[in-house]
Amino acid sequence: MSVLVYTENWDGKFKKLSFELVSYASKVAEMLNTKAIALSVGKLESGEAEKLGNYGVSKIISAAGEGLNVLDNQVYAKIIADFAVKEGATVVVLANNNVGKALAPRLSVRLKAGIGAGVNKLPVSTEPFVVHKRAYSGNAFAHLQINTPVRIITLSQNSFELIEKNMGAAVENVNVSVDASEVKTQVREVQKQGGKILLTDAEIVVSGGRGMKSPDNWGPLVELADLLGAATACSRPVSDEGWRGHEEHTGQTGKIIAPNLYFAIGISGATQHLAGVSSSKYIVAINTDKDAPIFEAAQYGIVGDAQKVLPKLVEAVKELKSK
Amino acid sequence: MKVLVCISNVPDTTTKVKFTDDFEKLDTSNIQWVINPWDELSLTRALELKDDASTGVKSVTVAHVGLAGAEPTIRKALAIGADDAIRINAEPHDAYYVAAQLAEVVKAESFDIVLCGIESSDHNGSTVGGMLSEFLGYPSVSAVSGLKIENNTLVINREIDGGKETVTVPAPVVAIVQKGIAKEPRIAAMRGIMMARTKPVKVVEPVAVDALTGIISFEMPEPRAACKFVDAEDPKQLIGLLQNEAKVL
Repeated sequence: MSVLVYTENWDGKFKKLSFELVSYASKVAEMLNTKAIALSVGKLESGEAEKLGNYGVSKIISAAGEGLNVLDNQVYAKIIADFAVKEGATVVVLANNNVGKALAPRLSVRLKAGIGAGVNKLPVSTEPFVVHKRAYSGNAFAHLQINTPVRIITLSQNSFELIEKNMGAAVENVNVSVDASEVKTQVREVQKQGGKILLTDAEIVVSGGRGMKSPDNWGPLVELADLLGAATACSRPVSDEGWRGHEEHTGQTGKIIAPNLYFAIGISGATQHLAGVSSSKYIVAINTDKDAPIFEAAQYGIVGDAQKVLPKLVEAVKELKSK
Repeated sequence: MKVLVCISNVPDTTTKVKFTDDFEKLDTSNIQWVINPWDELSLTRALELKDDASTGVKSVTVAHVGLAGAEPTIRKALAIGADDAIRINAEPHDAYYVAAQLAEVVKAESFDIVLCGIESSDHNGSTVGGMLSEFLGYPSVSAVSGLKIENNTLVINREIDGGKETVTVPAPVVAIVQKGIAKEPRIAAMRGIMMARTKPVKVVEPVAVDALTGIISFEMPEPRAACKFVDAEDPKQLIGLLQNEAKVL
């Protein structure tokens, strides 16, 4: 028996998200009186695999080989499923991000394993196996019972703290060769979002809505984000108008985020917007309308015009940072 | 090429979600049911592809797993422009059950392109499309924000963490679709609504499959504390609160 955690890498490196997943899997393994095993697929930078050992796993598998430089869902799912079987995994943990969402359902069918998707806590019980997950786009949570011997969990981002624990795990390097004919997905072009902090990774997010009035007014908002080391985001009308790219749209049909701090500037707070940001630990709202629903979701608020408040806020942050 | 769009029937996205007294089920009184937003975008893109003769898309079918109560949502998809519909006559027990049913439909009618929304706004599973592709043994591409067809090959934009990729995949394929695939959902015109009444909706009985999961109960999020207001002239005070009280700066 074991708990297997799949840790995706970005150009050969892991992120905080990877370590959150490993910490979580180790705790689940403790609940089940078993061991946690981390699995990485694809080439890693040297010394990177060892880092997973700091978060409670007893073994690290680093699988690499030809044909793995493209994320082909079918190929990756097969590899992860084979390791799950080999290691006798009864729980498989993945991130609830684009890659986890692409792979977990394929694994589910391969392993005939029920999925708890968007889980945000440790399992509520292990016998029966019950997880706590998002439902109705952040407006509710569900207790979901998984009735299969193998269970798959996709963990919501920023929902579990890192727990450092070194079990002296060894790295097992495994060569996985994939025949070129099996790889159906071919990459034609890659556009990397260079240098910017990713919205889904950011601990602080500064987001603007229609109250910003024009795409030309974004300067101070971006400056605030830069000063805070934050990512920028926007509401749906803003991306629909083309003021900002749709990859910045946070809300029910855009990105679902859970930063520590979310600034909603000139955003009224429609149900659909709140659905995407309600898991933020703290929300700060700036809006001219004191009755705007965003103030019901926010812990801190300023009633005022974004154009006037933002420059003062920027000054206040500059002062803070200069201390 | 034949395109299948899988649609889910969900509460309107402005719904204030409420549950029955025992918190075991959604309180469905006064709920407006709609096509899941991402499925509606998928349908729109499928129809755009069909409008362009060079793509070779000949038909757009919608499929839904659900009881007869979902017919208005299916008719809406037909009114928007789908050619026909298939309803698998069963309660959608869980994602695995739904995907297994859809797989039977795809096998029976051999669709070349299957589109699924990236998640449904009720259970937020993001699982049906991927499961369906594995049941079929088709390649799948997820987080799709652009879709074109060039010589029977799909040219797809997908979002990865930290950027975008353009990939090609041969049909048959399952594309799991997110925002960006179509600018805005297509709206049913009066003519479409009239035509939808006579378009075929095939009702198929389900195959025997066990659901793997079940919802035991729901709960509402903890209410947030009341908002603390700060003077618009003095944002420094806000920074102080974020630093010393919330400890997030």
